Amino acid sequence: MNFFQRTWTVLWKDLRIEGRNREGLNTLLFFSAILLFLFHFALGPDRTQIGAAAGGLLWLGFILMGLFAMARTFQVEREEECLEGLRLLPGDPGAIYLGKVLWAVVLLGAVEFVTFLLFGLLFSVDIWTRLVSLLGVAVLGTVGISAVGVLFAAMAAHLRAREAMLPLLLFPLLIPVMLAAIQLTQMILQEGSIVGQGHWVRLLAVFDTVFLVVGFLTFTFVLEE
Amino acid sequence: MRSSRVRSILGIFAMLGVTAALYLGLIWAPPDAYQGQVQRIMYVHVPAAWVAYLAFFVVFVCSILFLWRGSQIFDQVAYASAEVGVVFTGLAILAGSIWGKPTWGVWWTWDARLTTTAILLLVYVGYLMLRSVVEDRFRGARYAAVLGIIGFIDIPIIHKSVEWWRTLHQAPSVMRPEGSTVAPPMLFTLLVSVAAFTVLYLYLLAQRLHLERLDAEILEKNREA
Repeated sequence: MNFFQRTWTVLWKDLRIEGRNREGLNTLLFFSAILLFLFHFALGPDRTQIGAAAGGLLWLGFILMGLFAMARTFQVEREEECLEGLRLLPGDPGAIYLGKVLWAVVLLGAVEFVTFLLFGLLFSVDIWTRLVSLLGVAVLGTVGISAVGVLFAAMAAHLRAREAMLPLLLFPLLIPVMLAAIQLTQMILQEGSIVGQGHWVRLLAVFDTVFLVVGFLTFTFVLEE
Repeated sequence: MRSSRVRSILGIFAMLGVTAALYLGLIWAPPDAYQGQVQRIMYVHVPAAWVAYLAFFVVFVCSILFLWRGSQIFDQVAYASAEVGVVFTGLAILAGSIWGKPTWGVWWTWDARLTTTAILLLVYVGYLMLRSVVEDRFRGARYAAVLGIIGFIDIPIIHKSVEWWRTLHQAPSVMRPEGSTVAPPMLFTLLVSVAAFTVLYLYLLAQRLHLERLDAEILEKNREA
């Protein structure tokens, strides 16, 4: 098997597990719906307030969902002692890393897509015409969250107080992703375009690239027994 | 030369240096034309920030060397340097805050460099916590090294993102292309102060390293017994 086949094997395995029990997807979708309700209660019925805070609130939701997805990427391996089996995958462990990152992006991307639709529906915002750019930003941001997140999720198996440690380690590192994604999402929702915001897109792209490479190179040290 | 000798010499130089810096900063250097006496805090604030960044750079380099070479000494230096770095980051923020109150009128503002430094503090407090929540020493060292690398690479990205987001901080006045705008006696005092703090950093690092080694020795003895 070459590198891409091995990456695909890891990704396909997780997709099939999810396809059978849909635990991750169901939990996240339910979470997203509750979150949108809470937005409404937190901000009150005033439409202008929701418009001004939407980008930030959506991304706060996404980073929390990301946290859940990250915890889950290696939880499934731990529950059934599958980590040993995963370690036996021949060749560079970077393939496991990449497979897990892709898996997290697919899962989170799907939930983010539904969240945008629900958001448009519940708050009467015209989402359809902006969906492509919103999803583009969402994917760029989610790759960043996952590139760093998967690395720490793999560590979390061996940490005491892992539920508290994961966000503690992850959130400060992800602040650039949050800032960029919030600015862009806000621009798209309010102005309808991201003209003049190219620097934020570049920042996201740089963050994604840098941490995919670093994660890829250091993952073997995290996985090592 | 014995290591205890090195530590004593570093200690003496650090003490002399800091005493000289205090004299120059508090008595010899003239007060600032606009800010008055308050400006003297700069002689603590700037060197503290410098040492903080230096310390985290050392963590970064030692983390890479540790993962690459696997030698314990790199891990010990990284750990020691991170601890000293966190102390100086806290000191820099504290001094900046005391200076900010009379100058900007507020204890805290969400300015770019201030925010970056605060995020830095969060990242490296996380680093220290990570080391304490892993049972296995060697595993903990590997995990910490990964965070030490990611954290440092993240600094410029965090800084850029926060800078685009908002800024109010003093523009750099020493290191800039048109030449320094700081009066010569002030610049001299600042440089002495930076040098003194750097020696102080080396002294604390050596002491902390010594402690770490004693710790390892005790662990070794216990294992033998």
